[in-house]
Amino acid sequence: MSDDRIPPAVELIERGELDYICCECLAERTIARESLDRARDPAKGFTPTLLERMRAILPPATARGVRIVSNMGAANPRGAARAVLDAAPGWGCPETSCAVVLGDDVAETIRRMPELRLMEDGAPLESLLGRMAAANAYLGADVIAAALDTGAPVVLTGRVADPALFLGPMLHAFGWAYDAWDKLAAGTLAGHMLECTGQLTGGCFADPGKKDVADLAGLGYPFVDVTPDGAITLGKTPGSGGRLDAATCTEQILYEMHDPTAYITPDCVLDITGVTFRQEAADRVAVLGARARPRTDTYKVVVGYFDGYIGSGEMGYAGPNAVARAELAAEVVRERLRRQGFTYSEMRCDLIGLTSLHGSGGGAKPEPYEVRLRIAARTDSKRAAEAVGAEIRALHMQGPGMAGGGINLGAREVLAVKSVLLPRHLVHPEILLETPR
Amino acid sequence: MSLRVYDLGHARAGDKGNTSNISVTAYDQAGWEVLRRELTAARVAAAFAHLTAGPVRRYELPGLRALNFVIEGALGGGVTRSLAIDPHGKALSALMLTIPLPEGTPG
Repeated sequence: MSDDRIPPAVELIERGELDYICCECLAERTIARESLDRARDPAKGFTPTLLERMRAILPPATARGVRIVSNMGAANPRGAARAVLDAAPGWGCPETSCAVVLGDDVAETIRRMPELRLMEDGAPLESLLGRMAAANAYLGADVIAAALDTGAPVVLTGRVADPALFLGPMLHAFGWAYDAWDKLAAGTLAGHMLECTGQLTGGCFADPGKKDVADLAGLGYPFVDVTPDGAITLGKTPGSGGRLDAATCTEQILYEMHDPTAYITPDCVLDITGVTFRQEAADRVAVLGARARPRTDTYKVVVGYFDGYIGSGEMGYAGPNAVARAELAAEVVRERLRRQGFTYSEMRCDLIGLTSLHGSGGGAKPEPYEVRLRIAARTDSKRAAEAVGAEIRALHMQGPGMAGGGINLGAREVLAVKSVLLPRHLVHPEILLETPR
Repeated sequence: MSLRVYDLGHARAGDKGNTSNISVTAYDQAGWEVLRRELTAARVAAAFAHLTAGPVRRYELPGLRALNFVIEGALGGGVTRSLAIDPHGKALSALMLTIPLPEGTPG
């Protein structure tokens, strides 16, 4: 994941006896932001942490013959490859070459197809085209396998389906075809479970006294052993912290899953309803029973578009009557913004400590000793967005009494995403081999 | 304290667009039987009613002793544009665990 910590990846390479390491680093909207970077500077547009990550993992991977597959190419996989190849000699890896996967950028193709329907609400794509920042198809494992076929030790892609990053090396190593449904199912499921790294091995899990995780600070990353006939067994870095068992696996198999009979990827339609986990040994789990149906005839395309600004800020209140003072402060900020003529399509006032995460749900709540007021508002005007945080900062001096710790979180431009389906024959993936200059 | 989902199972939330999915996994077979019978889509929809009008769909995975709830509209317009402090709704799994369940012997 894009926020993944780097040291556990290095430990996994050093101690996991790997053949491949796959690094999934693109959230839904990040590629749109990186497309804007590329527009400003054609050498940019890849994941900003690319060089930091590659500097850490390329030398140990090269020393052990571990091949790297990653979507850190983002909006500029070729530029990413050039940046890595230019830096690699300085890291002691002068022989590195990179296979680059292109073709996920379909912005120009869909610009000519305003009649496409958005998957979220059925509206025509036309409604977003004037504000579109990027459009990228989720490519499949077939192109990653083709990139590995070049022999390059590093594969850098833009948008690919997360599980495909992991299925690609299996297709390459075992020559699985697109009618070997049980194998594609097993490989896709393994990818789905590994793509969030530590979430499979005890991250996002611990609840002290109820669900304990040993040495969470030393959380290890997972790997999968795959046999040519598609048997998959999960493991994690030997000697690392965390846990890997049916409980962690069950939480992660359902992560971001909707209908468990139809998890749609570019490679197959996965059905996990027959899956069971079998603990083979400590931190070793066999995954049985994945099934799949043929892939669909479309690619999912994520469309990034500009969607105005969000302005926000926070202020703290504690002690007697803290909640009432925070509520008064919220009213004052709303009224001051209104009197200056600013308008917002949506405004949200949270009391952190009381309602910020679950809203008013979760049953009756005792009054907390301290609360933090947070206000966020959406508007098409950058000035109106900036005014929100400024008014919150002013509460120190001109709001209810005894306020502290105010912060103006400023205004940010919103890059939102929606999706369309694009017929496969309109997408043309390409492989390029980049070698040292 | 009366029986809650928290006593019988654990939960994780995922996000896609404006839809949250929250799984509930039973700690044991007895807990699974209660969750399967009592943690209905309607009960979950009621607990999330202040956040979304739904709909809420429920899927059963008996082989994993888990339920998967797909809750539409729960993420304040979607991860990329939400005004919420937790736009992914990662913490909504804990709201699922607060849901009270009727006590009584299974079967």
